[in-house]
Amino acid sequence: MVTTLAPNIVQKTSSKTGIVTPKHFKLIIIGAGPSGLSAAVHATEQNVSYLLLEAEEAPANTIRNYQRGKLVMAEPRGLPLRSPLPFTAALRETVLDTWEKTIAEYRVNVRYGAKVVGLRRNTKSLEVELADGSLLSADHVVLAVGVQGNLRKLDIPGGDLPQIQYQLDDPQAYQEETIVVIGGGDSGVENALALTGRNQVIILNRAEDFSNCKDSNLSQLTDAHMKGVLDWLLETKPQSIEQNSTGEFPITVFASTPNGVERIPCHRVIARLGALPSRAQLESFGIGFSAPDLEALPQLSAHYESSVPSLYIIGALAGYPLIKQGINQGYEVIEYILGNPVEPADNALLREKFANFCSDRGVEDVLEKIRKSVPLLAMLNTLQLRELVLESNILLAKAGDVIFKRNDYSTTFYLIIEGELDVLIDDDGAPDATLKAGEFFGELALVSGRRRAGTVRASAPCVLIETPRRVMQKLIDSVQSMRRILNEVAIKTIVHLCIGLSLSEEDLNDVANNATLKSYAAGEELFHEGDEADGLYLIQSGSVTVSRLIGGREVVLLYVAAGHYVGEMSLVSGEPRYATVRAAIATDAVLIEAGRMRDIIARNPEIRGELDARYLQHLQDQENRQQLETAFDSKASIATQSTPSNLISFLIQQGVGEATDVLLIDESLCVRCNHCEQACADTHGGATRLDRDAGPIFANIRVPTSCRHCEHPHCMKDCPPDAIHRAPHGEVYIDDSCIGCGNCQVNCPYDVIQMAVIHDQPEPSLWQMLLGIKPKSLAVVDGPKVAVKCDMCKDIVDGPVCVRACPVGAALRVKPEELLSYAGGTSGEATLLGSDGN
Amino acid sequence: MQHSNIFDYKNYRYFKLAVIVILIALLAFLLFEPAVGHYGGSWLGYGLGTLSAAMVFWMAWYGIRKRRYRSRGNTQGWLSAHIYLGTAMTVIATLHSGFHFGLNIHSLTYGLLLIVVTSGFFGNYAYMIYPRLMTENMGEDSLDGLLLRIAETDKLARQIALMMPDDINNIVTRACRETSIGVSLLEQLRGFQPDCPSATVVRQLTVLGGELSLEQRKLYRDLYSIMVRRESLVKRARQDLMFRARMGFWLYFHVPFTVALLTAMVAHVIAIFFYW
Repeated sequence: MVTTLAPNIVQKTSSKTGIVTPKHFKLIIIGAGPSGLSAAVHATEQNVSYLLLEAEEAPANTIRNYQRGKLVMAEPRGLPLRSPLPFTAALRETVLDTWEKTIAEYRVNVRYGAKVVGLRRNTKSLEVELADGSLLSADHVVLAVGVQGNLRKLDIPGGDLPQIQYQLDDPQAYQEETIVVIGGGDSGVENALALTGRNQVIILNRAEDFSNCKDSNLSQLTDAHMKGVLDWLLETKPQSIEQNSTGEFPITVFASTPNGVERIPCHRVIARLGALPSRAQLESFGIGFSAPDLEALPQLSAHYESSVPSLYIIGALAGYPLIKQGINQGYEVIEYILGNPVEPADNALLREKFANFCSDRGVEDVLEKIRKSVPLLAMLNTLQLRELVLESNILLAKAGDVIFKRNDYSTTFYLIIEGELDVLIDDDGAPDATLKAGEFFGELALVSGRRRAGTVRASAPCVLIETPRRVMQKLIDSVQSMRRILNEVAIKTIVHLCIGLSLSEEDLNDVANNATLKSYAAGEELFHEGDEADGLYLIQSGSVTVSRLIGGREVVLLYVAAGHYVGEMSLVSGEPRYATVRAAIATDAVLIEAGRMRDIIARNPEIRGELDARYLQHLQDQENRQQLETAFDSKASIATQSTPSNLISFLIQQGVGEATDVLLIDESLCVRCNHCEQACADTHGGATRLDRDAGPIFANIRVPTSCRHCEHPHCMKDCPPDAIHRAPHGEVYIDDSCIGCGNCQVNCPYDVIQMAVIHDQPEPSLWQMLLGIKPKSLAVVDGPKVAVKCDMCKDIVDGPVCVRACPVGAALRVKPEELLSYAGGTSGEATLLGSDGN
Repeated sequence: MQHSNIFDYKNYRYFKLAVIVILIALLAFLLFEPAVGHYGGSWLGYGLGTLSAAMVFWMAWYGIRKRRYRSRGNTQGWLSAHIYLGTAMTVIATLHSGFHFGLNIHSLTYGLLLIVVTSGFFGNYAYMIYPRLMTENMGEDSLDGLLLRIAETDKLARQIALMMPDDINNIVTRACRETSIGVSLLEQLRGFQPDCPSATVVRQLTVLGGELSLEQRKLYRDLYSIMVRRESLVKRARQDLMFRARMGFWLYFHVPFTVALLTAMVAHVIAIFFYW
């Protein structure tokens, strides 16, 4: 790739050009990165005479400079690849290998070590000067040099010492060193994480947090910091680096921190400060920029042509940082040069999506119709809308078709383009609400990750867009106005659901508009026993525990999941808070102020009756539980620690609060025969997904290392091939498209995902079983490792084999709603609403 | 935690079934007295015998069933039925014999059946008692983890003992060298080592601490607490091995005698049809 060029060299070369006749090509492509390679390969296909120039000695240096074994992503997922240069999400090595093969196969006309130092337009053609002084000319030039050729360097005294490097090739190469990583972006954090374990790593970040990082990097970083394997200094800038003549450490970094200057002796500095387009050089080529600031992009036409005629810019340098975009542009730019019109890469896919819907109209036309019919989508720009539609399903429903059922675990989001639907919340079969064209639904499951709160059924022929949760989440994160509207509607839905079935539309809107959304971290209190009642809390996502101080210690009385409410007792009685409510996991709650709530209660006798009934039910439940607690308390001293409430607290600490279904082992029954593990391995490709022997124990209950099927699965956060799904009954499972990147394994806070080679296990015959012979496995050719985890035996009739294979009934699966009845043996309802009959 | 164990599985379903089976067999035995009197060769005897034989095969099938992980239903139910119906079988087999015993293959079969069932009772007892004790003894630790920690204390103790007078060094080294944890089946079953060197060294250390320099005194205190910790680790490891051994020991009778029973029973049936 090209590095900076001093303007005086340009002067010199221009004085020379008259002497030499340059070699002429139709096309010169500069930079053999993904974009340049793609252009070259397509040019070969089209028989265009071209030359590909690469400053380094090998192609694709940005990717070559990734650390070994790093996964190269192929975002955006929905975008088809149109270039003959193959590319899918894979390990760095695989990607590079494939491209080397393609270069050989197409006999790409590439010249390595050819650094471009000058580029000028004369009347007929473009002239390119190389560092060795040779001159070339071409009708067209495609500039695809990326930005990594121009890494930001440390501009401080000592910034040029040999112990300072700007990239990390092989993290394994460094052992037992103290390494300072400068830069809190993704590349800095990824490098730092790759070095932990074997080295002492310190990150210097000039920002006050790591908010620029990807979620997965951030959580791994926090994790590493908590485990103490990595240290960071925030709001810290390096000032100078000095060489040490003696001592263990060759260099010392002096850094200014909020608390003064810190001396950090170390072996090595890795600075990841980002990269910039080499503006000075591009300007010397005559390329115009859109704005004066350093990060501004070059001015380009819709066909990637710069302000210099016939000079095209594609890839990262043109402002498209994703590899796939660059590769497609490589293809497109050749088509443009040949004078062929090219439609956007995703048009064909969109046309396919629209096959059953307005197939007689153009893609742009249909998109415009969709945008016009759904106001929510008007907030998206064209690119975002295209991505949303690409990743979604267009669903055609007949009148009477059920879109989803109450208590399903699906999490997709629906937009109505045409038609009308009914919402059924209770069991009476009569619609509780209707949805019309332009509206949307499914936002509550999107927010809470819980079961569907109602059934949605088409009442007229409908056209719907069904969007996966992941895509919506991404949009919500980037489009603020969309997030606001979704939140407003989600608040309204939860109000409607919890208290408002009998409320008038007017009252409902009034309550929803004045409700506030509050977020709580795990362990944080919503309100405290004895506080003045401030209102009613509707749990939108997460879950809470209700506890009281009994005999000097906090006793958990109830566990309340999303979709239910807390705080009505004091509202009804007018007394201070009866109990403390605490978030079991990160929780969002909608608060309706006490005054407004009382006002509504006064005007709506039905709600009053409902709250009163619930209040009495609660008093009864809590009385029962307290009796139970005190009964346990009065027994021998060892019994006091294993009261039901302590067991619940323990299980919530183990993440049961965010679980859908968790495996428990009753150690007082377990005879350690391991049939659970063997059964799991036997039915799941030879790798058991539970570890019976590992996991914390409390009062004879062990929470073994096994998937809890979280409401918001941490494993799903960063899965490049989108291989992790949630089945309608809540099972979180990994499908065959797993590429073995290991992200989910890292992201799981409960360590229940492992990487294993899967091969089908033949069932042993009777004789083999009697004689103890292992059945001959099918020939295993060292298959690739993939992520494996519990799928709750969703494809096996009769359910989880671990539970069914246990001869003594020690293995059991529990849903958090059932915790109380399991732990306490009371028939009391586990949830405050408790009416959805889970 | 409220859930069923093997005894109260599905509200004592198989206990009830076993009681019914026994009652029917008893009733038949009391109501119908064949002309030839009560013995295996009467029509009632043949009936009860056939039933017993079928049940023996079905009981033995449990060993296969519990390893067939792809079959449907719960293994727990099978075990519950195995226990109750297995017990009922002794009554039926006894009625089948018509209380005629002698020194022959038929009574041998009956004897083997009793051994198998009795060993099964021990199994029930073990399954009821030991899991809880094992958890209380081990907590979240694993046996491997304990052994590793014992090895670590060994290393540490030896290092400190090197700086101690010879008599102390000797007993510490001896304790580290001669402590054995479950080397033989007998030792595993009884769960202790006679004159355990790990216990002895703790006792001896209390009397040997007399003539130490000031520096040694501090090390001596460390060493003492290490050896006390080591003793409890060793005890826990032995206990765990003992529970495991006792929980599995009955199977050494239950399974081989089942094989013997099946053989004897086949011989018994053949003998009846060919030589009676």
